[in-house]
Amino acid sequence: MSVAERIDIYPTHEYEGFKLRPGRPLPFGASVVPGGVNFSIFSSHATVCTLVLFEKGAPAPLAEIPFPDEFRIGNVFSMIVFGLDYENTEYGFRMDGPFAPEQGHRFDKTKILMDPYAKAIGGRDVWGDTPDWNRVYPHRATLVYDDFDWQADRQLETPIEDLVIYEMHVRSFTQHPSSGVRNPGTFAGLREKIPYLKDLGINCVELMPVYEFDEFENSRPNPATGEMLMNYWGYSTVGFFAPKSGFAATGRLGMQVDEFKTLVKDLHRNGIEVILDVVFNHTAEGNENGPTISFRGLDNKTYYMLTPEGYYFNFSGTGNTLNCNHPVVRNMVLDCLRYWAAEYHIDGFRFDLAAILGRDQNGAPLTNPPLLEALAHDPILAKCKLIAEAWDAGGLYQVGSFPAYGRWAEWNGKYRDAIRRFIKGDEGLVGEVGQRLQGSPDLYAFRGPTASINFITCHDGFTLNDLVSYNDKHNEANGEDNRDGANDNNSWNCGWEGPTDDPGINALRTRQMKNAAAMLMVSQGVPMILMGDEVARTQLGNNNAYCHDNELNWFDWILLEKNADLLRFFKNMIGFRHAHPALRNRWHFSNRDYVGSGYADITWHGVAAWNVDWSDGSRVLAFMLCGKHAKNGTARDNYIYVALNMFWDALPFELPRLPLGMRWNMSVNTSMPSPEDIHEPGHEAPLNDQNHVLVGGRSVVILVGK
Amino acid sequence: MAFECSLEMTPQGIAKITLSGELDASVAQEFRDKVDEAASQKAKRLVLLMAGLEYMASAGLRSLIFAKQKMGTGVDIYVVAAQEPILDTLTMTGFQHSVILMDTYDAATIEQL
Repeated sequence: MSVAERIDIYPTHEYEGFKLRPGRPLPFGASVVPGGVNFSIFSSHATVCTLVLFEKGAPAPLAEIPFPDEFRIGNVFSMIVFGLDYENTEYGFRMDGPFAPEQGHRFDKTKILMDPYAKAIGGRDVWGDTPDWNRVYPHRATLVYDDFDWQADRQLETPIEDLVIYEMHVRSFTQHPSSGVRNPGTFAGLREKIPYLKDLGINCVELMPVYEFDEFENSRPNPATGEMLMNYWGYSTVGFFAPKSGFAATGRLGMQVDEFKTLVKDLHRNGIEVILDVVFNHTAEGNENGPTISFRGLDNKTYYMLTPEGYYFNFSGTGNTLNCNHPVVRNMVLDCLRYWAAEYHIDGFRFDLAAILGRDQNGAPLTNPPLLEALAHDPILAKCKLIAEAWDAGGLYQVGSFPAYGRWAEWNGKYRDAIRRFIKGDEGLVGEVGQRLQGSPDLYAFRGPTASINFITCHDGFTLNDLVSYNDKHNEANGEDNRDGANDNNSWNCGWEGPTDDPGINALRTRQMKNAAAMLMVSQGVPMILMGDEVARTQLGNNNAYCHDNELNWFDWILLEKNADLLRFFKNMIGFRHAHPALRNRWHFSNRDYVGSGYADITWHGVAAWNVDWSDGSRVLAFMLCGKHAKNGTARDNYIYVALNMFWDALPFELPRLPLGMRWNMSVNTSMPSPEDIHEPGHEAPLNDQNHVLVGGRSVVILVGK
Repeated sequence: MAFECSLEMTPQGIAKITLSGELDASVAQEFRDKVDEAASQKAKRLVLLMAGLEYMASAGLRSLIFAKQKMGTGVDIYVVAAQEPILDTLTMTGFQHSVILMDTYDAATIEQL
């Protein structure tokens, strides 16, 4: 039987030679339909909407097509335009409506507005190319193809407790000349370095913003040096649906979508998940003095949280706050994340200043924020990791109390603070460190340790090297007289501020970095490493390097050789975590024996076995994991004993007895020089004295019982 | 340099398209027409001789997908002697998975039907 071919979509209207038809209101944005392109845009207060078409790169529009009245349904303007050249078309909108800031409206029909659903954005194709500031339409929505061949790829769905996350910046990773890649600073460059990531042993990269942003936002010369300071990190979104063109070597061809997908596919092929750092708390439009790029001109009152006088609430510390719990905005966030998950196979998201996502339209914290609930229960995002930075710049601090709906994990800021202070030798922390090492059950009693993303360093604040090399921040290069950046760094310079030739200080610093790596990798929860910490990357004491497109941020690949010992330690410590399921439990310890091994799942020790000094003056803690309780009793592992001596002198630790026939073996001893500091997993050194181990001052010892 | 493209059908049914100049959106249709022609003649292989091709815009790369669809999954597409930047772009954007890349025309492989 032959089926007659249907022609449903055919032109019904014409305007200056363009053939048109009333569009489909959903999906929003531009989508290719048979013979044409469907444009759909929302505004609840605009009176007139015009589609503006450009030939790629042209300074002036090719055409302006007003949406006929009958093409609007509700508050959505939609139109199909036939016969467009997909390759060469850029589009935007003009919106007419009231300019009445006191009522929240800032319509300006002289501006051409970018589609908030733009899937690719042209106009800033190459990173750092100085823009033509007089352009009528600088960030240009373009059309994308959905023809990418993913072959057998899909989200990896690695259990979150098995992840070792590596937080990184796409450009920083390979922009340094020492990277040796063909296309430095790009997705393609990162892809060339996948073997390094794989060798390091991480199985998840968390990419700092890769959405289209404007590196020239608030760019200014450093008053002292004249060097250009930029919006380098990119925490200020221009387009939520579009990968940053300037991060793609093929951006000038408009192929950033393909290049980024190819990167994701290759990372997946190497067993590495991809988490995106998403910034839904504000946009690049700033406050009332900022540029009008998109939202402000489309529907200011809907998209932004406004004061009763019509000014912008500033919970983000950057000028404006996205009105995330307005139903329309909420849907945009949801659409956006679904798009990245479905179209780019992204494995998870880390939400910048996520506490904002739990505020209502007037900024008050909600007990049951609909956006967070919707994300947690979304069918398409069901296997994605959802990670909150559970605070904002407006003073809402929700570590331990972020509305989780059984899904959300958090950057555990309390882990960072406690471990930092413990490592530097502060008193009174043994009790808290005990909580942090076992996945913070005090914070996540019902959510389990996987709610805790454990980290000691991240892009905000000192690098690990700087944490042990500086007492104070040194942010002069940011051009704000060292006023910016956090002051509560919990850092210790080990006796000299900044770089030194003193071998004793340098040895202590290396040991402290190893102590940090060891604690992070034996903690229950999900460890996150900051890019370059494994080779002692320095920002010269700058703890807020957001504005530097230079060596302060770039990964110096020469450090791989220079700090080969530390790199080896990190590699083997990550390997140790992967080798031992006892370190990767989904649920909290029960402090009892539920498998009949004769040992509780976790037991606590001190210099005397079975006897912890929890007092304020103590800087010593040890614990043992029973291998028969690994993965909550579902896996078999060795017994693991970890002794943390953050006191300055060496101390003998009495060892708990193992089951008959088992012996303790030395795996890690950070007080020893490389390669005795760590043995490859499976190649531990048998211990002569099975009753005691001497743990050096400010050192970590890890034993494996087998 | 102006874009040029020509089609040659061998007696064994191998379609050879020689491309030179700059393949961008404005001329991509010429290339697609040749692919159409090759497909209509039931070519068993499609060989794209690219030594003289200096530039390939995204429209050109997309044409490879078009060729793949047009020829059917059973017909291998060979990209022969593509210049370095084009090869680079193919690799960075994942398009190399749709075709077989060759430095030089390897008759033994291509013509073994």
